[in-house]
Amino acid sequence: MDNGCFSSPRRDFPAGLRVLVVDDDPTWLKILEKMLKKCNYEVTTCCLARHALNLLRERKDGYDIVISDVNMPDMDGFKLLEHVGLEMDLPVIMMSVDGETSRVMKGVQHGACDYLLKPIRMKELRNIWQHVYRKRIHEAKEFESFESFESIHLMTNGSELSDEGNLFAVEDVTSTKKRKDADNKLDDKECMDPSSTKKARVVWSVDLHQKFVKAVNQIGFDKVGPKKILDLMNVPWLTRENVASHLQKYRLYLIRIQKENDRRSTSSGMKHSDFPSKDLGSFGFQNPVNKQQNDVSIDSYNYSDGSLQLPNVENKSHEGDKGTVSQFTIAKKGRPLAGSIADSNMRESSRVGLQQPFSQSEGSHAVFDCSMPTQYSWTEVPHTQLKEEHKSHVHLEDSFNQMPLHGKQHPIQVDQSQSVTSISSAPSIREEGVAACIEAKPLFSDFKNDQSSSVNSIGNAVDTFPIQPGSLVMNAQSLASSTTNSGLKAHGYNNLGSISDLEIYQRNLLLGGEAASAPLDEDLHFHWLQVDCYNMNFGLQNIGMPEYYDPGLIAEAPSHLYDSSDYSVMDQGLFIA
Amino acid sequence: MDKTHSRRQVAAIKHSLFDQGYLDEQFIQLEELQDDANPNFVEEIVTLYYRDSSRLISNLDHALERNPLDFNKLDTIMHQFKGSSSSIGAKKVKAECTLFREYCRTRNGEGCRRSFQQMKKEYATLRKKLETYFQLARQAGPQETAFPPK
Repeated sequence: MDNGCFSSPRRDFPAGLRVLVVDDDPTWLKILEKMLKKCNYEVTTCCLARHALNLLRERKDGYDIVISDVNMPDMDGFKLLEHVGLEMDLPVIMMSVDGETSRVMKGVQHGACDYLLKPIRMKELRNIWQHVYRKRIHEAKEFESFESFESIHLMTNGSELSDEGNLFAVEDVTSTKKRKDADNKLDDKECMDPSSTKKARVVWSVDLHQKFVKAVNQIGFDKVGPKKILDLMNVPWLTRENVASHLQKYRLYLIRIQKENDRRSTSSGMKHSDFPSKDLGSFGFQNPVNKQQNDVSIDSYNYSDGSLQLPNVENKSHEGDKGTVSQFTIAKKGRPLAGSIADSNMRESSRVGLQQPFSQSEGSHAVFDCSMPTQYSWTEVPHTQLKEEHKSHVHLEDSFNQMPLHGKQHPIQVDQSQSVTSISSAPSIREEGVAACIEAKPLFSDFKNDQSSSVNSIGNAVDTFPIQPGSLVMNAQSLASSTTNSGLKAHGYNNLGSISDLEIYQRNLLLGGEAASAPLDEDLHFHWLQVDCYNMNFGLQNIGMPEYYDPGLIAEAPSHLYDSSDYSVMDQGLFIA
Repeated sequence: MDKTHSRRQVAAIKHSLFDQGYLDEQFIQLEELQDDANPNFVEEIVTLYYRDSSRLISNLDHALERNPLDFNKLDTIMHQFKGSSSSIGAKKVKAECTLFREYCRTRNGEGCRRSFQQMKKEYATLRKKLETYFQLARQAGPQETAFPPK
């Protein structure tokens, strides 16, 4: 059961909070240990980051929170932060004697939930439990929101949503309202009892992750969705929510990898900023991916790139494999854009495996380097597959790029789903997530096409999709594969220009996350994810994206997104094509 | 009484350490952490600090002998030293560290050396005073913990 892995629900929370302290300074280590013990926490100290990671990996679910110094000799504190976030999803607090704004900002970007300055007072440590609690609540809420979305989605296409309601009672479908409402509800109805968090912390062991990646590959990146993955993985105690959030992180990872690849391969001088592995919001948009030559209006997509090198991908897509989503076919089909689209797209999808440099991403797809290829302890799956997937996405993007970005919402076809197919082959699903996100973006921009679902290449899709302001219905499914899905979020991609890369990126990620592979044909309705409609949109996709939806993200570009008739899309509600 | 006198002396030394700016409230924090489980906590921490800081000072000495000076490295070591000094509340020493780092930033080798000398002096003074303090404190017997706050 999902709660099975949740160790010792503490009745006297926050007492007994299990803290891991990492600091190379022995004096501080001892002081912190004493302070934390005085707060009635269970403390483990460590002076080496590597050692700390081993401890975390060995004792899965053995810690609730990690406190780490920024400057350590063996490993940068930020890197450790990323690892922890990705592999264990624990809240991490950074500390340093240096309180420069830039450092603090970097910490936040990398996902730190707090940044303390030395000398640290005991009262600051006393309240660190709030981060643990907040995370649980947040996850619970996400789950609930997801549930809501699911219900809506269910209504529309009567699919899944079968087992979701177990944890949270989804009030009713109409409760898809804003997350806020969901939050309120959650607060009310949930016994805000930290010790009985519904969500058990799952530790993603190498094995588990392997299973996950395998499942994702099997399903096809495009079609991936937490439920499907969960079913395939066949791990009884794992919940859909666990999978969903992991998928999200995986996507980020892919993006990061992508970026790194891009960076390596392309010399566009994009600097790769550290990509917080799980930092959705900050997807490292620090470096716009300029490599791409896509002129497309996708300039706004500056994906930090990870040079996706998907050389093959592009080909595939062009091929027009129509039915084969062969990994990147979709994107490329009919894409007038330079073949490098794949590259650019790929980047975005941050398929981890994408080794192919995106050198030319079409449109400036921001390639998110989502994953740190080296750092991930995830086993890894041959990237090739992922790449392919990316490619498909990429293609999409290309085509999209080409399309003039219009203010309207481009129906983003989830071509990506098609590309997903290719993904399935690639075990390294991680990238998928990312890829999906990325691709989505470009798609939007140019996507003017109607939603014809010609699966084959995104290019086609692009053409076929009529760009209707309100008709973007994203195929949730393809989200996974198609980063375009992320376009969902990016409603505003139309206005990509206006949207910051970050937003796009975020969107993509979100979208890409769980997009189920929806056939291009119809699912290309993008639900404009509007912050408000967050709920709704989620329902659209069968993907477990909801989790990924970070309202904050969406909120970021809401203005652009909805600029004109975009809202019409929303009005249409979940459009499940 | 002897003990009372000792205790008064200890209090006086502590008072002067704070007054003269050698220590800041972090030291008080350490004292508050001292309890039955760790009756000599403060002294243990300070001893750890001595060990760590000696090592860092020696590193700095070596680094300052090099020619040309590697300011980044100097800054890194000093950053560590500052962090360490903040752990016991060594106020003056910390201030000197900041100054040193500023000289590193401006690539002022002479300034670095001067600042380093000054810092070593402050450090030596503090260390001496603390040693006296702890010696007397041991003689005077546990003060705060005499009546353990419950």
